[in-house]
Amino acid sequence: MINKSYYNGSISVSDTTVPVVLDYLGYKDYLGAIMVRWGINRNNYRVNPGLYAVGKPNESSDVFVTANYKLTFDHVRKNLYGIDGWILVLDTKGVNVWCAAGKGTFSTNELVKRIRSVSLDKVVAHRRIILPQLGATGVAAHKVKEQTAFNVHYGPVRSSDIQKFVGNGYRADKEMRKVTFNLSDRVKLIPNDFMYGKYYLLGAMVILFLLSGLSGKGLSVADFSTNGLTAIVNVLFAYMSGIIMTPVLLPFIPARHFSIKGFYTGSMVYLILFVLDFTGDSLLENFSWFFIITAISSFLAMNFTGSSTYTSLSGVKKEMKFSLPLQIAFAALGVVLQVIGKLI
Amino acid sequence: MKELVYLSDVVTLELCEESCNGCGMCIKVCPHEVFELSGRKAHIVRRDYCMECGACALNCPQNSIKVNSGVGCAAGIINGILNNTEPSCGCSGSDSNCC
Repeated sequence: MINKSYYNGSISVSDTTVPVVLDYLGYKDYLGAIMVRWGINRNNYRVNPGLYAVGKPNESSDVFVTANYKLTFDHVRKNLYGIDGWILVLDTKGVNVWCAAGKGTFSTNELVKRIRSVSLDKVVAHRRIILPQLGATGVAAHKVKEQTAFNVHYGPVRSSDIQKFVGNGYRADKEMRKVTFNLSDRVKLIPNDFMYGKYYLLGAMVILFLLSGLSGKGLSVADFSTNGLTAIVNVLFAYMSGIIMTPVLLPFIPARHFSIKGFYTGSMVYLILFVLDFTGDSLLENFSWFFIITAISSFLAMNFTGSSTYTSLSGVKKEMKFSLPLQIAFAALGVVLQVIGKLI
Repeated sequence: MKELVYLSDVVTLELCEESCNGCGMCIKVCPHEVFELSGRKAHIVRRDYCMECGACALNCPQNSIKVNSGVGCAAGIINGILNNTEPSCGCSGSDSNCC
């Protein structure tokens, strides 16, 4: 057995050896979590699927099912602090429970397969497994029961409520069942979203930097040095408006469409840049930057629908039908005005 | 703090109350308190809060719930249009963004 930093020996059950994992996190786990939030090693942050133990579980101990994304696994074992239990890790290709359930990797089939492959019926005497509630998007409890005789109990949304759930007699109260999207939830997503669009950001910066050097006399180095920096700053602020300001201020921005929220924050950012004298001298240049900044901000804010916990597919489709053409038109208009403004 | 709600009157959620046996599974799995149980039947009480995750429909032993489920993710829908597939966010592990 390969020894990992979070392993704490092993125990033997029904002819197999099950690794025991620590019920607290070490510095390597914290470091890994920070890196993965920034998108570093994100696609390979996994634990091996299979059965694990925390504490000294026996045949009457609870079985907690989770995904093999290490960030998720770490949350689960940390929240089982002081408990003797089993953790059954499904192969979700390193993706968290909710996304994997939506994708079909945290699924009835995978759960049934995993229950069989670890011979769970020989490890525990009872027939009760606890799943995170958000796994329900991929798992049909009644089908698992049919195929394995195990009863799926949907636990709380957050693993921090696991112990309360167990103490409650395996019942999740209203608050445990509800998905929230508070400030800390939203802020944690920002680094990854910021890194996600980094090439688009650089691309937009390069294009507008090059445009900044344009004039009726062709490209000039002098114009690059005077206008190039403001172009880069404007694009960066538009980017931050969509990726940082909109998520942070999300509940306080009027409008339900994310693209409109992003348009509002983009407009605010434009005003700030206008006051700081970054949006050019002519009316044409100012219009141009208004269109470019709001288009970028609106588009990126719209992409945050995917990170949010309350948007529906039908809703996002409806929103995009109206917003995407406008965003493209704004961006195109902005660039055209930019060119015209430089040439006249 | 007020609860976030997305667009009105867009979701495809449908519940056939006739075939519902009142088991309450939909209430247990719904992350947004869309259903309520009364008179031994489930009822949709907060339709606009539904995010079409599909957990209720999948876990309904009576097949009483229908919803066109998927992820409400703009990047996923764009991916779908570009690749001519179903909307799909990059949660497969090969892409970097995840909804």
